[in-house]
Amino acid sequence: MKGLSKDRLWSVAVLLPSVLLIAVFVYGFIARSVYVSMTDWGNDPAQALALDPVIRFIGLANYQDLFTGFLQGRFRQELVSTVFFTAFFILGCLGLGLGLALILDRNPRGEGLWRTIFLFPMSLSFIVTGTIWRWMLQPGGGVNQAPTLFGGQPSTFPWLSSTEAIWKFDWNKLPLLTASVVAVVLIVVAVRALRAGDRRRTLVAALCAALLLGWALFVAPNLKLLPAPEPHGFNLALIGIIIAAVWQMSGYTMALYLAGLRGIPEELREAAKVDGAGDLGMYRHVIFPLLAPISLSAMIVLGHISLKIFDLVYAMSGPDNINTSVPALNMYLTSFRQNQFALGAAIGTILLILVAFVIVPYLASQFRGEEGHA
Amino acid sequence: MKKALMIAAALALTTSAAAAGKLEIFSWWSGDEGPALDALIKVYKQRYPSVAVDNATVSGGAGTNAKAVLKTRMLGGTPPDSFQAHAGQELIGTWVVANRMEDLSGLFKSEGWDKAFPKDLVRLISSKGGIWSVPVNVHRSNVMWYNPAKLKAWGVTVPKTWPEFLKTCSTLKAKGVAAPLVVGENWTQQHLWESVAIGTLGAKGWEDLWAGKLKFTDPRVVGVFTTFGKVMDCANKDASGLSWQQASDRVISGQSAFNIMGDWAAGYFTTTKKLAPNTGFGWAPAPGTTKTFVMLADSFGLPKGAKNRAEAMNWLKVLGSKAGQDAFNPLKGSIAARTDSDLSKYNTYSRSAAADWKSNKIVGSLVHGAVAPESFMSAFGTVIDQYVASRNSAGAAAAAQQLAARAGIGK
Repeated sequence: MKGLSKDRLWSVAVLLPSVLLIAVFVYGFIARSVYVSMTDWGNDPAQALALDPVIRFIGLANYQDLFTGFLQGRFRQELVSTVFFTAFFILGCLGLGLGLALILDRNPRGEGLWRTIFLFPMSLSFIVTGTIWRWMLQPGGGVNQAPTLFGGQPSTFPWLSSTEAIWKFDWNKLPLLTASVVAVVLIVVAVRALRAGDRRRTLVAALCAALLLGWALFVAPNLKLLPAPEPHGFNLALIGIIIAAVWQMSGYTMALYLAGLRGIPEELREAAKVDGAGDLGMYRHVIFPLLAPISLSAMIVLGHISLKIFDLVYAMSGPDNINTSVPALNMYLTSFRQNQFALGAAIGTILLILVAFVIVPYLASQFRGEEGHA
Repeated sequence: MKKALMIAAALALTTSAAAAGKLEIFSWWSGDEGPALDALIKVYKQRYPSVAVDNATVSGGAGTNAKAVLKTRMLGGTPPDSFQAHAGQELIGTWVVANRMEDLSGLFKSEGWDKAFPKDLVRLISSKGGIWSVPVNVHRSNVMWYNPAKLKAWGVTVPKTWPEFLKTCSTLKAKGVAAPLVVGENWTQQHLWESVAIGTLGAKGWEDLWAGKLKFTDPRVVGVFTTFGKVMDCANKDASGLSWQQASDRVISGQSAFNIMGDWAAGYFTTTKKLAPNTGFGWAPAPGTTKTFVMLADSFGLPKGAKNRAEAMNWLKVLGSKAGQDAFNPLKGSIAARTDSDLSKYNTYSRSAAADWKSNKIVGSLVHGAVAPESFMSAFGTVIDQYVASRNSAGAAAAAQQLAARAGIGK
């Protein structure tokens, strides 16, 4: 123990204000929101905006309502939409960004200009992007008129207004589906552990998988979340929003990948060539594995953007279009239009948990990495 | 960021409003509606020249932004002296039930407004024995717009009831009109539902619905959803991408035959599109709602704890006066809530609406906040969207009934 040296005192004094501010304005407010989400604030209109509202603690009832309540079908559709949106958004950004980076890596003429052009959309806010793309995806204009440039018929695809959904599943089957997915993952883990010769790990994973599968097959079918079947799927209207989001963020992944590609030492490429690797082989066995950490950090940044996306959807299809709606929009409407503050806080908490799923493992690995270096 | 700025601006305004002889008016009238508000303020200034008026406008259609700012201010204990709200349950269901407004019945009595305003209107802005706001203007929501020349070319007349409308719809479809009715984004569909409901249930049934005497699960209301579904079959499939202006454009271009929209569309047709009433565009009450005036109104109320209560009361007096209403409404494109207004100041459409205002049965609009609180209206939009996707009338009715119970309708 070094005791309180002058340096230490100074460092504490300098850090204290921001620690206090963050404690109150970040973690304090998170705690308050979580608490509000477990109350009935707003369920009674007479109390919602009263000067001294009577607020009662009701536990997890709001969460139960969101996942199984008759009126909250919109929220459940939004959760499903978020999953699809996140998947396609990340895939699109990584694919397009990598493609652009690979092209730019070959040093085409005017590379700096291209880089600027591809990176430019990122400098716009989502509101601007949304407004531009709303014009482009109008039913009778923009993209749908493009075929007429080549003498074709205008397309009639309802980009943002489609009410069609594909890959539908019944919400009542959700326990079955999630349990099966997790079980499959566990089986994969078990098989890998078996190959690696780790007996204890194999046993634990296989046992958990078996338990989960058993639960999914024998218990889950008897669980009834909702009184009636409620199909949810991938709404086609989301495609337009995904396109706009990918347009906005793929420049960012391009920049990341380009930096990664430029960071690969020339010697490695040459060594691969000497060993007889062709262009394809070099990418597959040398370059792509070296880019893997970049993909991971890009996925994390993009993942949390897509989970909490609000402004793009608001600008493109308005707040009231359930086919393109996302939980963040619902949280805003529930809290500030319907005055259901507790329910809104519950949606916010669920969003926080979703984002935490993405961010916390990343932060953990980062901290571990730093300690390792130190 | 934008919201933070607005809140900061709002806070700055409240602190400066502490001086004597000040009045802060909180509204969402900006842009096209700004001049109408200025005309009102001018009338006020003529009567009370010493008062400094703070025009705290928060722009944003139908008050979406303004209402959020208002909520933060009311919850923070710094209410504006007088704020705009859609007359009826939007104000009552949000602020009156929370005991945050002052009763204005005394003002109505002393100014003789009980007689100047229609009885049905006063009933819509009253609850618990009080009258809660002063309506400045009136819009009509149940208007069906069409293009007279086009209807003639197709050889159809304006349908008078919803069954007749469905017949006209199939006639037009047979003639190659893909979407005889044009609808736009979610709220315009709620707007259409409202007209279908009143046209099917009648004015009495509609009033019973909001008084809690008629349940949404009643077969008659379930039938409204079924009819609404059939009407939506006549409509365009790209609805949610269209604003109400874009939807109205399709009536003018002849892509669609009919559009049901409030009478701000008349202003759009005459001012923006430069069309002549009765030749460029025509109008009729929505099917089944002849002799019924479905109204919505902008109104101002007096929050408890207003800093400049006396000035605010004078402001309310100006709003309800004949001079105030006749200064405001011709510019806003609406009609006066008073029945004694000077009709020579209004255009052709408004004169016909003013005549109906005096003679028709008046009921309140759902989607524009007269008969149901915001909490109901906002969630009901989701019910309509889900209904359009699933076409399950019984399910939609059951969901609406649950919403009504939650919002305390009929209590």
